[in-house]
Amino acid sequence: MNSIANGSPNTGLLQIDNLGKRFGGFVALENISLSVPAGERLGLIGPNGSGKSTLVNCICGTLRNEQGAVRFDGRKLDGLEAHQRTRLGLSRSFQLPRPFASLSLADNIRIPLLYTVAARGTIHSAREVDERCHHLLGEVGLEAKAQRLPRDLTQVEMRKLELARAMASLPKLLIADEAMAGLTHSEIEEILTLLSRLNDQGVTIILIEHIMRAVMSFSRRLVVLVSGKKIADGAPDAVMRDPEVERAYLG
Amino acid sequence: MRTPAFLLIWLVIAAAVFAGSLAIGNDYVFFAGYVILQYVVLSTAWNILGGYCGYVNFGTGAFFALGAYSTVAIYKFIGDSELPHVIPIPVLMLVGGAVSGVVGLGMGYLTLRLRGAFFSIATLALAVVLETLVVNWDYVGGSRGAYVIRPEEMPLIGNYIRYLFLMMMLLSVASITIARLIEHSRLGYGFATIRDDELAAEASGVPTLRLKLIATTLSGALMGMAGAPFPYYIGFLQPDSTFGLDYAVNSIAMPLIGGTTSWVGPLIGALLLGTLQQVATVTISSAVNLLLVGVLLVVFVIVAPNGIVGLVRTYWQRKPEEFVGRRRVDADAPGSVP
Repeated sequence: MNSIANGSPNTGLLQIDNLGKRFGGFVALENISLSVPAGERLGLIGPNGSGKSTLVNCICGTLRNEQGAVRFDGRKLDGLEAHQRTRLGLSRSFQLPRPFASLSLADNIRIPLLYTVAARGTIHSAREVDERCHHLLGEVGLEAKAQRLPRDLTQVEMRKLELARAMASLPKLLIADEAMAGLTHSEIEEILTLLSRLNDQGVTIILIEHIMRAVMSFSRRLVVLVSGKKIADGAPDAVMRDPEVERAYLG
Repeated sequence: MRTPAFLLIWLVIAAAVFAGSLAIGNDYVFFAGYVILQYVVLSTAWNILGGYCGYVNFGTGAFFALGAYSTVAIYKFIGDSELPHVIPIPVLMLVGGAVSGVVGLGMGYLTLRLRGAFFSIATLALAVVLETLVVNWDYVGGSRGAYVIRPEEMPLIGNYIRYLFLMMMLLSVASITIARLIEHSRLGYGFATIRDDELAAEASGVPTLRLKLIATTLSGALMGMAGAPFPYYIGFLQPDSTFGLDYAVNSIAMPLIGGTTSWVGPLIGALLLGTLQQVATVTISSAVNLLLVGVLLVVFVIVAPNGIVGLVRTYWQRKPEEFVGRRRVDADAPGSVP
C-alpha cells in the first residue's frame, strides 16, 4: 500500500481507525484506517459497490460502524447522531440530491443556518440568517431563484443547491458524494471551481467521484477503495501508477 | 403579524361569536357550536403531527378519550371525597392534556423508527390497546360507561353549556395560536424538513428524533385537552363512542380538506365540515355525517389535493414571484399521507 502523503497518527482533522461495517453476512468495509489533515483535498475513488458511500454514511452517522472508531477534530464520534456530527462541523452532500421539496431554495439553506450556525450562537438575528441565505445562494449562482421550489431547478442547479446547503452549516470538513454525476464538462468545471474556492477558504474536502478527470484535477491525495478495503492512499499520480489499483480498478 | 396581536384579534372574534350566539337566544347553538369547536382543536392538534411533520396519526380518538377519562377519574375521585364537587374546566383540561401528552410522548418513543403506513397502523393499535384498558377499568365505569352530572348553571354566564362552549372556544384560540407560532418558528422549519426528507434533515443539523417527540407530545396534549370537558357535555361516557373512529376520520379529513401546511387549513376544514355535519344532523340524520366526510374527502382529493388553502394559493400563483414560497409552499403531495 502506498502511503506517501500522510500526517502522523491522531493528528488529522478526521481520523478513522480500523473501521468495519457489515450488512448481515456481507462485509461492506474492512479495517479502514484513514487520517485526513485539515485543509486536505482528498479524492476517494473505487468501483461501484466498493463501499465509498457506506464509508461516508459511517463517518456522518447515518450508519453505525460495528468496528473501529471515527474521530473528528479531536472528538470521538461514536454514539453521536448525524445532526450532532453536522453541528461539530462535518457536512455532506448526497449522491442523489435530497432537497426539502416543499421549501423554497432560501428556506432550504435556512435550515442548516437555523439548526447549526444559529445553534452555535454565531448568528443571532433573523436578518443575519436572511442575509447569509442570500449570500450563500449568490455564491452558487442561485440567488435569482431564491423563492422558487427545488422542483423548478435543473440538474446542475440541484447539485449546487445541495452543495450550498452543505456549506451553510459552516463545515470544517465537506464530503461531496458524487457532486458531479450526470453533469456536462462546463458544469463540472463550475462545481470544481466552487469546491476549490471553498478549500481555499480553509474547508477540508473529501471528493467522492467517478469522473477521473475531475478527481485528478482537484485532489492532492487519492484513496482507492475496492471491495470494502483500502488498497491505495497517496499522491494521485503515484496511486494511479500503482499496479494493484490498475488491476483492481482501472482494469 | 406578531403573536400577541394575532391572539388579541382572535379573542375579539371569539367574544363576538359568543355574543352573537347569546343573541340568538337558543342554547342549541351552544351544543352544536361546542362540537364544531372541539373539531377545530382536534384537527389543529392532528395537523401538528400529520400536516407539519407528515406523520399520519389514526389515534385521535384515543388521545381524546384519555382526556375525557381523566375527567371521569377525577370526577369519581372527588365524588368519594370531601372536596368541592365542581372542578373548573381549565383544570380538567390541564390534567387531561398532561395525561394525553405523556401518552403522546410514549407513543413517539415506541414508534419513532416507523414511517408512513407503519406509523399509522401503530397509532391505530395504540387506540385499541387503550380502549381495552379503559373497558376493563371498573373505577371509570368499564364497558358500562360512566355518568357525569353536568351542573345546571354557571354564575354570570347562565346555562352550563355556555360555559363549556366558551372554554372550548378559548382552547380553539389557544390551539391555532400555538399552531401559527410553530409555523413561524425554527420548530416549524424543522417539522417541514421531517416531512420532506429525514435523512437530509439530520445532515442539516435538525435533531429529528427530538422534534418528532415534541410533535407527538404537543399534538397528543391538545387532543386530550379537547376531550377533558367532554364528559360534562355528553353526560354519559361510553368507551365505544369515545374511542370511536369518527374522531380519527374527522380529524384527518378536516385538515386535508382545509389544507395541511398552514394553521388556516384545519380551521377552515373543521368549521366547514363541522358545520355541515351539525346541519345534516338536524335536517337529515346523524348517520349521514361520516358519509358526508367520505364524499367531501374524495371530491377534495380529486379537485384540490392540497385542500382549500392549496386551491387559493394555486389561484394566486398566477403571479408567481409574489406568492410562491416566501414561506412554505404546498408540494405535490399533502404531507406524506398514505
